[in-house]
Amino acid sequence: MSDDVSRGAAPQGGASHDGASQDSAPQPKGAQAGKGLTRRALFKGAGAAAAAGAVFQQLDALAKDAVPQAPRSQGPGKTKITLEVNGTKRTVAAEPRETLLQVLRLPLDLTGAKPVCDRGQCGACTVWLDDTPVYACTILGVEAEGRKVTTVEGLGTPSAMHPVQDEFVEKDALQCGFCTPGMVMSAAWAVKQHGKELTEAQARAACAGNLCRCGTYPHVLSAAVAAAKKGS
Amino acid sequence: MPRRVTYEVGLIGHEEAKQGVEGTEQSLTVEVEDGDATPWARDTKFAYVGTDVTRLDGAVKATGAAKYTYDIQPQGLCFAGLVYAPHAHADVVSVDVAAAKALPGVLAVRSFAAATATYPGKIVAAVCAESETVLSDALAAVRVVYAVKPGPAVTEDAMRAGAPVVDPRRQTNVSGPRRGPTMRGKPDDALAAADVAVSATYRTPVQTHSCLEPHGCMCHVHEDGTATVWASTQATAFFANGRFTRALGVPRNKVRVITHHMGGGFGSKFSADEWDVLCAEFAQETKRPVRMLLDRRMEHLVGGNRPDSIQEMALAGTKDGIFQVLKGQTWGTSGNSSGGGAGAANFMVYDLPNLSMTQHGVATFSAKGRAFRAPRHPQGFFALESIIDAYAYKAGIDALAVRMKNDKHPIRQAQWRIGAERIGWTKHRHAVPGSDKGTIKRGTGCAAGRWAQAGRHMVGRSPLVFEFVVDKDGGVAVQNAVQDIGTGTRTLIAVLAAEELGLKPHDIDVRIGDTRYPPGPGSGGSTTAPSIGAAVRNGALRVKESLGGLLALQWGVDEAQLTWKGAVCHGPGDEKATFAKACALLGEDGLRVRGSRRRNFDAAYRETAGCQFARVAVDTETGVIEVEKVVAVHDCGVIVDSLTARSQVNGGVIQGISYALFEEKRTDRSLGDMVNPTFDTYRIMGIEDCPEIDVVLTSVVSGYSNTGMMGLGEPATVPTAGAVANAVYNAIGVQVTELPMTPARVLEALERRQK
Repeated sequence: MSDDVSRGAAPQGGASHDGASQDSAPQPKGAQAGKGLTRRALFKGAGAAAAAGAVFQQLDALAKDAVPQAPRSQGPGKTKITLEVNGTKRTVAAEPRETLLQVLRLPLDLTGAKPVCDRGQCGACTVWLDDTPVYACTILGVEAEGRKVTTVEGLGTPSAMHPVQDEFVEKDALQCGFCTPGMVMSAAWAVKQHGKELTEAQARAACAGNLCRCGTYPHVLSAAVAAAKKGS
Repeated sequence: MPRRVTYEVGLIGHEEAKQGVEGTEQSLTVEVEDGDATPWARDTKFAYVGTDVTRLDGAVKATGAAKYTYDIQPQGLCFAGLVYAPHAHADVVSVDVAAAKALPGVLAVRSFAAATATYPGKIVAAVCAESETVLSDALAAVRVVYAVKPGPAVTEDAMRAGAPVVDPRRQTNVSGPRRGPTMRGKPDDALAAADVAVSATYRTPVQTHSCLEPHGCMCHVHEDGTATVWASTQATAFFANGRFTRALGVPRNKVRVITHHMGGGFGSKFSADEWDVLCAEFAQETKRPVRMLLDRRMEHLVGGNRPDSIQEMALAGTKDGIFQVLKGQTWGTSGNSSGGGAGAANFMVYDLPNLSMTQHGVATFSAKGRAFRAPRHPQGFFALESIIDAYAYKAGIDALAVRMKNDKHPIRQAQWRIGAERIGWTKHRHAVPGSDKGTIKRGTGCAAGRWAQAGRHMVGRSPLVFEFVVDKDGGVAVQNAVQDIGTGTRTLIAVLAAEELGLKPHDIDVRIGDTRYPPGPGSGGSTTAPSIGAAVRNGALRVKESLGGLLALQWGVDEAQLTWKGAVCHGPGDEKATFAKACALLGEDGLRVRGSRRRNFDAAYRETAGCQFARVAVDTETGVIEVEKVVAVHDCGVIVDSLTARSQVNGGVIQGISYALFEEKRTDRSLGDMVNPTFDTYRIMGIEDCPEIDVVLTSVVSGYSNTGMMGLGEPATVPTAGAVANAVYNAIGVQVTELPMTPARVLEALERRQK
């Protein structure tokens, strides 16, 4: 991922910059994060935001479709970041230099994604950002502004597991378990991409960026393929 | 009064492989102490033991709900970090922490000037701060002045005459052999007289443990004068040592250590380290919860490593393949300790009438080695098994036949047959190595493994006990401080308790990894399972006895007349009660009993056996080796959970291939610093490199204890590098004598062959 702060962020309605927290931020209709966004809704949102004095951020959101703009300056102190984590809108205060992994783990206390290498080499912190697996240690928290983040906790819970998590247990695709949350996110993405037809080679490719020290790989592959077969 | 029990031990099943092999089955008579369960025999029928049972903690691990030390984040958590020397050898002239101290949010600072660093990673300052970002600013603000001195950090440099010495009291960095050479017969005479003799020098790299969860802990000194410590440790019972508890300022009896889950240890996490002591000091000083976990670079530098080795080997024997003599001289560094080094424990597998092994430690300016999954074995077996193949080719005898002729372990004899069949030895093994046509050359190789740990009946100086808590509703909890380091210890306890009580493994509440429970063994030496297994059985037995007492009272019969069949207790008449019904006789306060591990019996099988076969494809243009298939045949005494056991073997094989092909701590020879302390430069094997692994478990009633269990974690990684190296030799017709077998080393070897 190479998106920087100045682009990619979806609009925040009129309230993202004044510090309103949790799910209550007023949202212009249609201005949800991601692909469902219409250009019209965007401009409407931008207008409302301008009135609220948060024009730069709104214009950032337009950058893909409209004229390039100067990046909004944030930091060095804490700034408010609103992201949709596991289906819930959450607002946290974090420094712009803090990674998405830090934001998820500390203020949000979602400790499933693990800090291991801190530089995008091991995959233990893999989460989905707008439905694409990313290393949360190589994304800044502010880059995730307004975007959809899915962590291993959002995929399933011990009493209601995602089929991939279920098969990880059945096939014993985990030992110490420290790489497991990242591995699950990569394997689940492969299942999502390829459906029932998922091949072992495709599962391998999807998990190629996830290191495991205990040596769970053979069972990870059988778990991914079994989960795909069951349909998920 | 101990009772004498005679029962059948040995290899369960695998009838074909056992045919004609002497000693795979035996009758054994043992002395069983009072209170110890009658040992399980070869023909014991099990409900769960030996079957696939999913992990008890599988669901919490797969969903991210499992909390590791790194995940414990109480309100007010503070963060500690380290400044450490980047030099192998340097005087720490000054450490200026004023700027760090002045930063808002910095709570405490320590500095260690006037010290001498004798390894990169030596701690020179430590900081405790309110947030991770403040901590990183503070660490960056510490100014250290070093006076750098010469300090060889590589074994061969440290061995040179006149090299600066690590220990100033000594003349040289080379030490040993500590107990003199291991000698048998007349090795030199045998070598001179033998029909076929081969010699070679083998080298293996320093391998770092590379645990995914770093070393460290989270300490919290509470207002009531107690402390809770979450530690990423392999030994809850031993973690809070004297130095650590003094730093906490809390007496040991008020320190609680918790390790519910831990992210890998492999031998490197047995007690509180220097950084844990600093964390404890900060927790004491700030009275806030403080977390200190090493960063990845530090993890590679000081978090543990397997010593390297230089092994000069000579093997000789008759022309029909009977070994006469093995002679070896080895050197290896265990870092900045004057002893240590890399003794190769490889001369116990085959019959060697004449033997000489002289093993030296070499002190270097690098951090100390630590026990690493089967210490001394993978390096030693790589050299031994490599030279056996050289001997076999020279004698013109099949390498597997040579091994089977000299190997007297009955179980391994059966295993060789099983493995050979499954890899297709006769079909794929080239009689003439390197005889494949074309660029991609395939080869097949094999190697033996061994391990000899049967478990202990003590934890330090206390007897090893398991506590069973049973309630009126029939709920069973099993308690011991032992930790599950990913091996499946938690699940194994449940299987054993369930088997004995006639319940289901997942219904047992296994409470472990907490020093509030009776002390558990450290998870090392593959001793955990065989240590705890027999104690769990005995605890379950105590439960049955207690419930039997209540039933006997109710039925008006004698306790001795009761028999348990699974979860049902039968009286002498037609009285019977299920486990649940029996539990209903308990009071509201339930039942709490303990079973203890008794001494080991005089066992029939004193070592676990194992062997592995590998098939590889070598691209002779690029030098890239692809391992296509590994067959791993292992016993670990009685197999309790075949699912987690297969995972263990997979893990051993994968770490072994990783060691054989990828891993190497690279050191800058002039500065002494590790140049590859990251996961993109220090490569551990990924999923794309993972071959098909065919695991064959050969369950053996060892006769050591009432369960007959032995360990598995370590033996599974012993043969791998040797098997892969021999497959490469068979593929390309020349031996790669240095691990890891990188493309460059393969191409070098091929070049040597052409000359």
